[in-house]
Amino acid sequence: MMAEKNALEIKGVRDGLLVHLDADESWKEQVKRLVTLIDEQREFFRGARLALDVGERAIRRHELGLLQTMLSRRGVTLWAVLSESMTTISTTRKLGLQTALEAPRAVKPEVSETLLRVDEDDDVTPPIDPEEVGTTGVLVKRTLRSGRTVRSGGHVVVLGDVNPGAEIIAGGDVIVWGRLRGLVHAGAHGDESAVVCALDMTPMQLRIAGYIATSPDDKRRKPRPEVAMVRDNRIVVEAWN
Amino acid sequence: MTARVITITSGKGGVGKTTATANIAVGLALLGKKVIAIDADIGLRNLDVILGLENRIVYDLVDVVEGRCKLRQAMIKHKAFPELYLIPAAQTRDKTAVSPSDMLTITKKLRDDFDFILIDSPAGIERGFRNAIAAADDVLVVTNPEVSSVRDADRIIGLLEAEEKGPGRLIVNRIKMDMVRRGEMLSMDDVVDILAIKLIGVVPEDETVLTSSNRGEPAAGNEKSKAGQAFRNIARRLAGEEVPFMSLDHAEGVLQRLARLFSSSMPSTG
Repeated sequence: MMAEKNALEIKGVRDGLLVHLDADESWKEQVKRLVTLIDEQREFFRGARLALDVGERAIRRHELGLLQTMLSRRGVTLWAVLSESMTTISTTRKLGLQTALEAPRAVKPEVSETLLRVDEDDDVTPPIDPEEVGTTGVLVKRTLRSGRTVRSGGHVVVLGDVNPGAEIIAGGDVIVWGRLRGLVHAGAHGDESAVVCALDMTPMQLRIAGYIATSPDDKRRKPRPEVAMVRDNRIVVEAWN
Repeated sequence: MTARVITITSGKGGVGKTTATANIAVGLALLGKKVIAIDADIGLRNLDVILGLENRIVYDLVDVVEGRCKLRQAMIKHKAFPELYLIPAAQTRDKTAVSPSDMLTITKKLRDDFDFILIDSPAGIERGFRNAIAAADDVLVVTNPEVSSVRDADRIIGLLEAEEKGPGRLIVNRIKMDMVRRGEMLSMDDVVDILAIKLIGVVPEDETVLTSSNRGEPAAGNEKSKAGQAFRNIARRLAGEEVPFMSLDHAEGVLQRLARLFSSSMPSTG
């Protein structure tokens, strides 16, 4: 798309942008080049979802983690890394990113149109895809005790309690099937549409995108499922049903 | 005879780890068990003082680790409870003088000669804590009914789970029934609700604990002490007995108390 001599090759794909990194050049150089490009084309890249194709390059966890942080500071989400290197694939998985482009995606309007058209009839009807599409996230199947942190670029679901002193930082939504008493930051990359749900919502502090709220001191309240979201430039909490 | 290694820890300092270790050790010795208590709080030793053995220290844990004496030579036998031994900590060194593998070696050598090996952990989550839990079969987490020590206990339980030392069992120490009743102190339910681990004992605030610690005669050896009785009950539970939680509230019976402890949300203790 934006050809320049010696520049990075960037393609538009279904889920965002796919960037090819040359396996011959040093990783540092490539990262620098990519970040510079994003800084120059800020408007183009804002809110973009980026996939990297790094070929045979072996990338270690701290290298990829650093890049992910640099990108998220610029409002760009890294969601996939394609590679032939086992090291890189394992690194990618450890960071909770996808290793292929066919990963589950967000529901898009054309899906429902397809479904509607099916009712109408006939031979040209495209086959119905029985797979429900979703978005990526991590599942934590235990209670998060004080001192534990969960970080994810996607959504975070906890089956258990989040105790005071524990932290969840998610690019997307946070769902706690238990008591939420620690700190949660949903939409940490700036997504104001992110929500936080919990069976008992008494967080130490709740953040959604750039907004911060604390729980009221109300000891007599009965626990009930609630959902928190940003509305009219502040965080509101209401019954979850 | 193969000893169970039990580590007593808390995260926060000053909640009563050393007092609990000394009293449980005495409680087990009173049951006729052979017990050895190891003070892993190197540099800040206290267990010897509470057990009244300070003036008999010749060698300590670090001397054993560094080969200056045999293990036997560092073991101090208690005169009042001949089944009870102590390996004191060094006072002049720090936590790095001992490693987790040293603790494994030492406890392995002791296992055949004792029923229980109690390890008194230092406060904190660093090297000293790692040393103390390295050999543990069982961990007792001590907390006070107060927000910050519960927070630290929660952190410790998380670390124990990460080290696969189990969630451990909980001792709630220094509970004051009149304050709980007035709603000024966390109740047992509040504590257990957050920590969500099994309770092994509840110890009431009791002045005899302080006075007996100062004399070097743990309260567990004092028939009249309420806290001493609570510690003896913990020792019996460790030895495998089913002991009901004692009533700390004179107004009602044990049964009501137990029923409340397991069901309702009223402040209670056992």
